[in-house]
Amino acid sequence: MVVFDRPKALSDVPLHYCPGCTHGIVHRLVAEAIDDLGVVDKTVGIAPVGCSVFAYNYFECDMIEAAHGRAPAVATGVKRTNPDTVVFTYQGDGDLAAIGTAETVHACARGENLTIIFINNCIYGMTGGQMAPTSMPGQVTTTSPYGRDRKIQGSPIRVCEMLSTLDGVAYAERVSVDCPKNVLHAKKAIKKAFQNQIDKKGLSIIEVLSTCPSNWGKSPIESLEWLRNEMMPYYPLGVYKDIDAKEEDK
Amino acid sequence: MNKVTFNVDRCKGCGLCVTVCPKKIISLSSTNLNQKGYHPAEITDMSKCIACAMCATMCPDTVIKVEKE
Repeated sequence: MVVFDRPKALSDVPLHYCPGCTHGIVHRLVAEAIDDLGVVDKTVGIAPVGCSVFAYNYFECDMIEAAHGRAPAVATGVKRTNPDTVVFTYQGDGDLAAIGTAETVHACARGENLTIIFINNCIYGMTGGQMAPTSMPGQVTTTSPYGRDRKIQGSPIRVCEMLSTLDGVAYAERVSVDCPKNVLHAKKAIKKAFQNQIDKKGLSIIEVLSTCPSNWGKSPIESLEWLRNEMMPYYPLGVYKDIDAKEEDK
Repeated sequence: MNKVTFNVDRCKGCGLCVTVCPKKIISLSSTNLNQKGYHPAEITDMSKCIACAMCATMCPDTVIKVEKE
């Protein structure tokens, strides 16, 4: 009996990501969710700019490449003109929380019926490790060589908390992929985010705490430890909004 | 016997599977190199495998296939 195999919605090609990069795990979780719901034929993915710019090569569904940060705007167009499609965007922190903040916030404010997968790894990966809006205080990057200083660069943005205040958001959860337990939980959250869209509940955003071993200058295993020790206290995991939740759970 | 197969040439030798295996039977090969030039992960003692698939859950490159007998 096969316990674990490559999901069908994930193309059988090598990923270009660095060794230990958790983008690969999240790609697989998205593909598993698409497989589980049986919607690969009507799914349209929107790829961002950033490390995951080639995401369009890795999924068996239709994919569109958006300009930097504009994935939610493109997704809005696709979803409004083809309401029967299942549309997801896959965006990094530089894409969603920096150049694409306006598109993201307003797609959430309008309550577009979309699924947003947001990879938060505290850094700009593809361009060579610059400081992102989500970089941790004190974190050394190529554009903050003495560490991020709150007095100069401000504090990191907690995206889930910020977006959960908007009425259009149906579901906002922050998950992590640092250990098998959290990966399995992340899969559930991603699947629910797709299910919400199929049920026409509104916008679902899943923030995934992720690693960037190359630009953090750490080994893949040290990176996961850094994620647990440094990122998780500042970015607590959990559900920030769920319109399905019963009153007593809130 | 439970069976774990690695798509060796896709492995990037990151070692995440090594750390999560509860039976500690995965190691990075010290002798072999794959097509990409990495030391790929391999199983040292297949008879101890419990087919929990934790290695496959953590693998970023979907290298691992797990079969239970």
